[in-house]
Amino acid sequence: MSAFVQQLLVLIVAAVAAMIWLGINALVWVYCERKFAGHIQRRPGPFEVGPHGALQPLIDGLKLMGKQLLTPDNADAILYWLAPILSMLPVLLLFLPIPYGPVLTGMDVNLGLLLILAFSSFNGLAVLLAGWSSNNKWGLLGAARAVSQTVAYEIPLLLVVLAVTFMTGTLSLTEITNMQAGHIGNWFIWKQPLAFLIFLVAMFGETNRAPFDLAEAESELTAGFHTEYSSMGFGLFFMAEYGYMVVMCSVCSVLFLGGYHGPFPGVDGWWWMLLKTFALLSFMVWVRWTYPRVRFDQLLNINWKWLLPLATFNLLATALILKL
Amino acid sequence: MNTFRKHVIQPIIDCWSLIVGLKITGKYFCKPLITVHYPREVIDSENLSTYGGHVELIGKPKDPATPKCISCMMCVTNCPSGCLTVVKSKAPKPTADQEAAWKAAEEAGEKVEKPKAPKNPAKFIYDYTKCSLCGTCIENCPAKSLRFSNNIYWVATSRAEMKIDLLARLKGQAAEVSAPAHAPKSEASAPAEKEA
Amino acid sequence: MSAYQNSEQMKGDFYTQKFEAGKRDGTLILNMGPQHPSTHGVLRIVVELDGEYVVRAEPVLGYLHRMHEKMGETQTWGGFIPNMGRVDYGHPMAWNWAYCGAVEKLMGIEVPERAELLRVIMTELNRLTSHLLWWGAYILDLGAFTPIMYAFDDREMLLDILQRPTASRLTYSNFRVGGLQMDVDDKCIEMIKAFIPHFRKRLPMYKDLVTDNLILRRRIEDIGIIDQDMCRRYGCTGPVLRGAGVAYDVRRAEPYSVYDRFDFEIPTQTSACSAGRYLVRVAEMEQSMRIIEQAIEMLPSAQGGYIVDKAPKPAMKPPVGEAYFCVEGGRGKVGVYVVSDGSKTPYRVKLRAPGFSNLSAFAEAATGTLIADAVAILGSLDLIIPEIDR
Repeated sequence: MSAFVQQLLVLIVAAVAAMIWLGINALVWVYCERKFAGHIQRRPGPFEVGPHGALQPLIDGLKLMGKQLLTPDNADAILYWLAPILSMLPVLLLFLPIPYGPVLTGMDVNLGLLLILAFSSFNGLAVLLAGWSSNNKWGLLGAARAVSQTVAYEIPLLLVVLAVTFMTGTLSLTEITNMQAGHIGNWFIWKQPLAFLIFLVAMFGETNRAPFDLAEAESELTAGFHTEYSSMGFGLFFMAEYGYMVVMCSVCSVLFLGGYHGPFPGVDGWWWMLLKTFALLSFMVWVRWTYPRVRFDQLLNINWKWLLPLATFNLLATALILKL
Repeated sequence: MNTFRKHVIQPIIDCWSLIVGLKITGKYFCKPLITVHYPREVIDSENLSTYGGHVELIGKPKDPATPKCISCMMCVTNCPSGCLTVVKSKAPKPTADQEAAWKAAEEAGEKVEKPKAPKNPAKFIYDYTKCSLCGTCIENCPAKSLRFSNNIYWVATSRAEMKIDLLARLKGQAAEVSAPAHAPKSEASAPAEKEA
Repeated sequence: MSAYQNSEQMKGDFYTQKFEAGKRDGTLILNMGPQHPSTHGVLRIVVELDGEYVVRAEPVLGYLHRMHEKMGETQTWGGFIPNMGRVDYGHPMAWNWAYCGAVEKLMGIEVPERAELLRVIMTELNRLTSHLLWWGAYILDLGAFTPIMYAFDDREMLLDILQRPTASRLTYSNFRVGGLQMDVDDKCIEMIKAFIPHFRKRLPMYKDLVTDNLILRRRIEDIGIIDQDMCRRYGCTGPVLRGAGVAYDVRRAEPYSVYDRFDFEIPTQTSACSAGRYLVRVAEMEQSMRIIEQAIEMLPSAQGGYIVDKAPKPAMKPPVGEAYFCVEGGRGKVGVYVVSDGSKTPYRVKLRAPGFSNLSAFAEAATGTLIADAVAILGSLDLIIPEIDR
């Protein structure tokens, strides 16, 4: 009984910690993204609120909270307001099984990877609901795009994750991390370079980030699925987007970059995990501010004609090599 | 084989362009910023001196508070937007004594020298809301009494403020030049003008 | 469907209802604009969508109509020049030139050589700003945010240069009948001389970052075919026509001013797609720089001043008659037709906007493409809505 209570307490603490972690990440990365964008474009980015504009995302959040919550005419109000919540909630859950440090794991489940992959698909559903229920033609187009995109990009993602789990024989992220202990040569990126590349590309598709941000494609669909959302309705989508980015980058660093293990023995710790995740996030931001957006049919073509065959080939090759 | 090259090999080779793109944005990320950081920095005066702001009057070299303007109305006639209002000065009203004296002189058949109206305008109102900054008034001014100001920092919060009394402005500028330390900061004054 | 679609007031305006009449089953009628990020202002396009495919498209104009032609009938001859700066904010100098050229033709004024050269230099610099503005905005339409900032970096330098002889940064109205408003100072010429090598160095960066980019190429190649035949039917000119493989440029075809003295090429592309139009404009920037360089060399030995002696006053009275003058603007053939009845104001001013003809080709070119392509085609036409609505 006491063990159960103890586990429950750990879970609650972890859930609260995950919430805080998500909040901090959203704030930090909104700020970092705008600063990155600014410096790439050779302007300072936010600068007025706080030192170097550091409090800008906080103020933006407050501003969003102060805005009126508008439900469009003839929108399905329940689904309309359910969508942002449905987009946000799973993100909290996704942080639990990720090992941020040797003891910094919210909930060490042996099916952690599966949990993450399963719950991250909720985002597609939330986006579909948002676009569908807001009674807006742009929203509808955005929702239709989002669904085909998330469904399509999940498949190569699953296939490369499967290739990694073939090697590890476990779905627990902690164990996958521990198998990469030692030095940099043990990281799975060297054993699965193709899988890493595919994961990287699919990550952009899965998180709706530019150049694959088709669901909100600003210059085509005005704002896509969240055209009608105001106030924190939009704020939640926005936070969820950054939440998914952090989760995806964390998973990527666990699967391929050795998680909290350092590049040489004896320096393991949560800082490595943080460093790797943030490096990947910076890369995502860098890519966003460099490329134009792909067209929708091209997006699917990249997936079905390139990523999927390559991921399948990678999986078969892994299986074959393991068998031999 | 050609199809294979076109659809498989070529896209992979073309992917190099994506890395080149990242290299360029990465390079510019590390370079210094180029924007002018407004409240902390201002545009250099060299650039500002060629800025064509609203129209302003030029004072006489010896008497900077009085414009060179001779109230010829060329600017008013030629302005395509009708944004200038110039009122000519009237002759000073004669006192009763003077009037009586002139009358007497006229009756006596003498030629009377009545004082002429001064050439300077009594009012010079400029409506910035209508101005299209074409410079037609400046070219057509025979006395060369108009120019574009460098007043880039000017703000107005109402339509009424956009109607500027150019004579008052000129006086303010003259006062500022002669006594910069004591001069009250006039409404339309800006860093740009202090240099001027 | 719902109350809002059935209610009489909310069924949409005249254009939507007219469009609705020929609607196929299972399609969606969508208003792109007048407030849409990629219609550059207030263009409205009614599209019928089958999924994401455009079945029909129709541009609706008039949201920015400012009666410039009618204003011409009430302004004096000289007083109409500022309007020319406002017709097309992208390349106002071409409009200035077309109007002043028409009036000069009417009055038989010979413009001094120096003024002509200065006009060439300024118009070509303005063409560079126009193309840079288009370039940045077009890439923005395609989803990349950064290139527009790089383009505006260079454009800002050009504006600083053009600010000196014109005293304005966007809506230039420094042309006068018989010459120019102000002379160009030596510092300005120096700045131009310094800018050209700088910009030549920047062009490869643009090419690497954007033109060669795999994603961009795939987005704009082979979409929005506007071939020679279509150009002829709709009256497309400028880069749209040159992108279709016709080397027609007013500067070469009917040389006005001193353009017959310069050695420059007319870049053409045979692909007739959005990429063709894109590449033509990028190549034109280089040609404009060549013209500027040659003009600056000729400048010291040029005769006359910046304006003809005894230039007509704004309230001039040209003789009774009519004149048409056309120049090559950033978007195509800019034509101004003026009729005089001998009074202080023009009897009629007709403006021929190239964007209007170019836009009319959009409906046909966009049919059957994806909505994302429609945005890419719209951008490749380089539309400046004030010019289209006038």
